[in-house]
Amino acid sequence: MALKPEPLIFERSVPGRRAYRLPAPTAAGETLLPEEHRRQDAPPLPEVAELDVVRHFTRLSQLNFSVDTQFYPLGSCTMKYNPKLNERIASWSRFAQMHPMQPAPTVQGFLRLLDELEQALCRITGMAAFTLQPAAGAQGELTGLKIIRAHHRLKRKPRSTILIPDSAHGTNPASAALSGFRVVELTSGANGRLDLEELRAKLSDDVAAVMLTNPNTLGLFERDIAAIAQLVHSRGALVYMDGANMNALLGIVRPGDMGVDLLQLNLHKTFSTPHGGGGPGAGPVGVTKALEDFLPVPRVRKAGTRFRWEERSTRSIGRVHGFYGNTGVLVRAYVYIRTLGREGLQRVSRAALINANYLKARLSKTFPVPFDQHCLHEFVASLKPLKASGVTAWDVAKRLLDYGFYAPTVYFPLVVDEAFMIEPTETESKETLDAFADALLRIADEARTRPELVTHAPQQMPVARLDEVKAAREPDLRWTPAGAPDPHPLVTAP
Amino acid sequence: MDYIPNTDEQFTAMLQTIGAGSFEDLLADIPPELRCRSFDLPAGLSEYEVLGLFESLAGPNRSLREVTSFLGFGAYQHLIPTVVDALASRGEWLTPYTPYQAEASQGTLQMIYEFQTLICELMQMEVANASMYDGASSFAEAAVLALRTRPATGGAGGRNRLLISEAVHPHYRQAASTYLSGFPCAIQQIPQTNGVTDLEALAAALKEDVAAVLMQQPNVFGCLEPMEQAGELAHRAGALFVANAYPISLGVLKPPGAYGADVAVGEGRCLGSPLAYGGPGLGVFAATQALLRRMPGRLAGCTVDQAGRRGFTLTLQTREQHIRREKATSNICTNAGLLCLRATLFLSLLGPQGLKELAGMSLQNAHALFERLRQLPFVQPVFDQPFFNEFVVRYTDGRTAEAVNTRLLKAGFFGGLPLAPWYPELGEAALWCVTETIGQEQMNRVMETLERV
Repeated sequence: MALKPEPLIFERSVPGRRAYRLPAPTAAGETLLPEEHRRQDAPPLPEVAELDVVRHFTRLSQLNFSVDTQFYPLGSCTMKYNPKLNERIASWSRFAQMHPMQPAPTVQGFLRLLDELEQALCRITGMAAFTLQPAAGAQGELTGLKIIRAHHRLKRKPRSTILIPDSAHGTNPASAALSGFRVVELTSGANGRLDLEELRAKLSDDVAAVMLTNPNTLGLFERDIAAIAQLVHSRGALVYMDGANMNALLGIVRPGDMGVDLLQLNLHKTFSTPHGGGGPGAGPVGVTKALEDFLPVPRVRKAGTRFRWEERSTRSIGRVHGFYGNTGVLVRAYVYIRTLGREGLQRVSRAALINANYLKARLSKTFPVPFDQHCLHEFVASLKPLKASGVTAWDVAKRLLDYGFYAPTVYFPLVVDEAFMIEPTETESKETLDAFADALLRIADEARTRPELVTHAPQQMPVARLDEVKAAREPDLRWTPAGAPDPHPLVTAP
Repeated sequence: MDYIPNTDEQFTAMLQTIGAGSFEDLLADIPPELRCRSFDLPAGLSEYEVLGLFESLAGPNRSLREVTSFLGFGAYQHLIPTVVDALASRGEWLTPYTPYQAEASQGTLQMIYEFQTLICELMQMEVANASMYDGASSFAEAAVLALRTRPATGGAGGRNRLLISEAVHPHYRQAASTYLSGFPCAIQQIPQTNGVTDLEALAAALKEDVAAVLMQQPNVFGCLEPMEQAGELAHRAGALFVANAYPISLGVLKPPGAYGADVAVGEGRCLGSPLAYGGPGLGVFAATQALLRRMPGRLAGCTVDQAGRRGFTLTLQTREQHIRREKATSNICTNAGLLCLRATLFLSLLGPQGLKELAGMSLQNAHALFERLRQLPFVQPVFDQPFFNEFVVRYTDGRTAEAVNTRLLKAGFFGGLPLAPWYPELGEAALWCVTETIGQEQMNRVMETLERV
């Protein structure tokens, strides 16, 4: 890892320097525009050479931890290895250099791929139909909630409440609110799972759906799922499953067999497409036969041996994406599914579960795991015991960076004090897991013997802990030249 | 191939450490009756076999490397400098996630800060976020922001009406309408006249219950809208003005900040990312300082570390779903991070002069082809408006847009997009797009083909 700070690209700028030559540059074209539409001043983009750009962005990349360089046990995010083969195939011009409006006869291979991917996802989840259009998990949730709304409207019984457990991802309540629903929280039961009595008490004729993560964010399977589904259905509501944790279930259970009406999958998690420093992802939504008509348009249709897009459908919720979704990501996910195949995908979940339980076994004596029992693909430890030494989960996260490990998800789920949510994934070796466990145990020792090592961590990173209060109070969200008057001064927030 | 490193012997030893007799013990919580009875997928393949399989799927496709394309409609083919692919394929960019641990993510955070700066400069706006999914979702989120920002002022029912020009990309209008389906609001379309939004109709619709006016520049027909006048009308009525802008065009066109946009959105895929059949896109989202705390999405900010050194971190996260849950400004989590990097690389490589030249080439090429097309006896211009790199023509003498394109395809061209599915009133109209990727030679060849249609 590079430790030297890197100037901003703007600070490398030298007036008149160029990095790229165009085929037939022209300035004459501008006169084709009426004065009123012309840009007066060129945007102040950096003026740098190609080597400046290459060095700048190579050095910046070296300031990052990533799956390719470090163990990245970020709970709930499934940071597994992203095969290079997926990238290679997705970059082929007959996948990457395709226009979304080109005529159907010239995209038959692509449409076949999308159709086959939909079918594979149906078989993996036991759902009847999929849309590949949502661009990420949260957009999948939004799509699902719009479908729920449309379903109740069609029955002429609009409902306005969504029940969501307190352990859910923040996107669940946010998606529900963005869909115009009222959110009612379900308090988790004593065993970390959804409490049937709590559910019974809060179910009403106004409840449109229950959003459920299974396995939940504690890494526990909602073993009452069948009874939950029956109860929810008996009140005319639907069961939405957040499928973000599908990496635990491949070949073990299928949501469609458990009474789930609809779910989203996060292809950038379970199906190995790269997280890209924050995206892009893909969040296909699967539904039962009864909900299929509500799926977004357009949909891939097969007539004989030919494929085409079907644009119209009277019950569809409409479109959530500019075109067909993150098609480039979908290619990668399908490469992964075909590479692993039936047995490979089953091995994924087996290995993910053993890896998670192994880490838990190595750590749980030192870091208690509430609701301790075998977990599925991830577990949540509590770092509360270190508090006596004045050390928090946040401190331990920072110290882990010094040891060369990215930190687990911290302070989530909210139902565990000083939460440390660890998801190793199946692509990590026992040696890596041991090294990580050794580091965490050593940090626990440090917390007792030399707590300042932990509370002042990290020391080996390009920067020490950052002043986040300053960042929020005096938002500096873009560069302006030193000494130059700021055209849009950013005022101090209250 | 399954990318699992541990051997069976290791797994056996690990199960012992766990205290489980077998893997099945780990599944004790899963009721047996729910266990998977069917997992009907093909067997896994070796890398060599996978390459063969996907070659067969790629085979029937015809790429933009093989066909000369005049398609636009919100998806524009532009040059991508080699350096963009070379740098963006580095694992350190490709395989981290959202930079939650700032000290181990300074590369991504500084890049986002540079990206936000570049978008502000390009759009001439005050703040920009770290991206949305695509242009359509940015547009829809701008509509959501407007409704949530202007709630209870104005008439009895509050500001719950949105005015969206009919000349906004139809897919964007559809996405906005899907996003807003749960909101107590009305969307009113403002008609176009001669290819641009009808300002008289807009003025008449601008009552005190309007939260925002949403337009596009250049609009879906490629025509340049009277944005300044429309923005003034919106502001005079107390509504926000939202502009969907085509980032490349801003090399030569007046930016949203110069015509008073409160929110500027756009599809940023044209900045260094391949079309990839339409996704992933890069949702650009910029706004005025006044709307900062209402913005959706992540923001990277510059601050200092404990030693006083400059550093970058995610900031103003109290707007976001992981903190605010149902009270968040948006539900977005994963965005389009890698495409931010590509756009940052692209704009750094092009520089101010390069971007101006690139946009200028696109502008000039489109006008050159327009002048030649209109000389054809069966081609008529549809609108009499200034345009950037897209324009609409109508075919006459019984020629349908579909038939013209079929002939063109045989000769190796994707002709202009037939607009009838969205705008049947325009007749046999087609939307032609010409970017800097089209050379003189290709224009000559398409003209020769058309002369024989």
